[in-house]
Amino acid sequence: MKARVFITLKPGVLDPQGKAIHHALEGLGFAGVHDVRAGKLIELDLADGTGEADIEAMCRKLLANTVIENFRIERIEAT
Amino acid sequence: MKSAVIVFPGSNCDRDIAVALAAVTGRAPVMVWHRDSELPDGTDFIALPGGFSYGDYLRSGAMAARAPIMRAVTAAANRGVPVIGVCNGFQVLTEAGLLPGALMRNAGIAFVCRPVALSVENSQSLFTAGYQAGETITLPVAHHDGNYQADAATLDRLEGEGRVALRYAEPVNGSARSIAGILNDAGNVLGLMPHPERAFEPAHGGTDGRRLFEGLLEAVA
Repeated sequence: MKARVFITLKPGVLDPQGKAIHHALEGLGFAGVHDVRAGKLIELDLADGTGEADIEAMCRKLLANTVIENFRIERIEAT
Repeated sequence: MKSAVIVFPGSNCDRDIAVALAAVTGRAPVMVWHRDSELPDGTDFIALPGGFSYGDYLRSGAMAARAPIMRAVTAAANRGVPVIGVCNGFQVLTEAGLLPGALMRNAGIAFVCRPVALSVENSQSLFTAGYQAGETITLPVAHHDGNYQADAATLDRLEGEGRVALRYAEPVNGSARSIAGILNDAGNVLGLMPHPERAFEPAHGGTDGRRLFEGLLEAVA
């Protein structure tokens, strides 16, 4: 099975990278972009049956820094 | 003083801090590799050096904080052994949970590499005994992720408990409340972004960093 972990900065945490991307988009002439927040996507290739709790533990222990980041797990079951 | 310098793949200030410690203590520190699981017996001071451990993969300091040696460092810190983390070492200490908060990308995006003015906020700690409270000193910084952030309650607690050791006296990286260095609650762990080991000899352009090591030696010995 596979899982995707989306890591995003918590609301309110300043995102200098997102701001720079925002400015660059404006510089390219894209109007109407109100805000940009950048995050990370981590794809995990896991043994079948790996539990949600295990993936969550991976996020808490390493993948995300929960002081400043939130994470969301998306499981992709083998078809 | 029997000091140890932890070396991670990508550390690049390990030799600088080793030279400073050897000069001040008269004894060369033991260089401890990140994959070791134990510190030398009798280690009474630990330095986590600056650099780009593990290429700053995932987050600065994130991989190093989970290296095998960090269990021993955490245990020693909890026993009261003084631990200093400079720059990447500070990032490792926050990632390891030995200090609160996090070091994020500089607010201005750019890598900042220059001497900066700092205000010594607390001269009562093990690490800052060589300075006067309120004194302005100059130390070099060289970092991309030095923007210290924590929630308001944590920042209030750090300030209320005198745990802000150093503050930037000029805009540098967007750090909350201009924090440049903080202490843990027991006062035996210091993390700071500026490099005291790079302002150690007159040839460095300043010697304000030397007093940190001299004050520390006096406080520990």
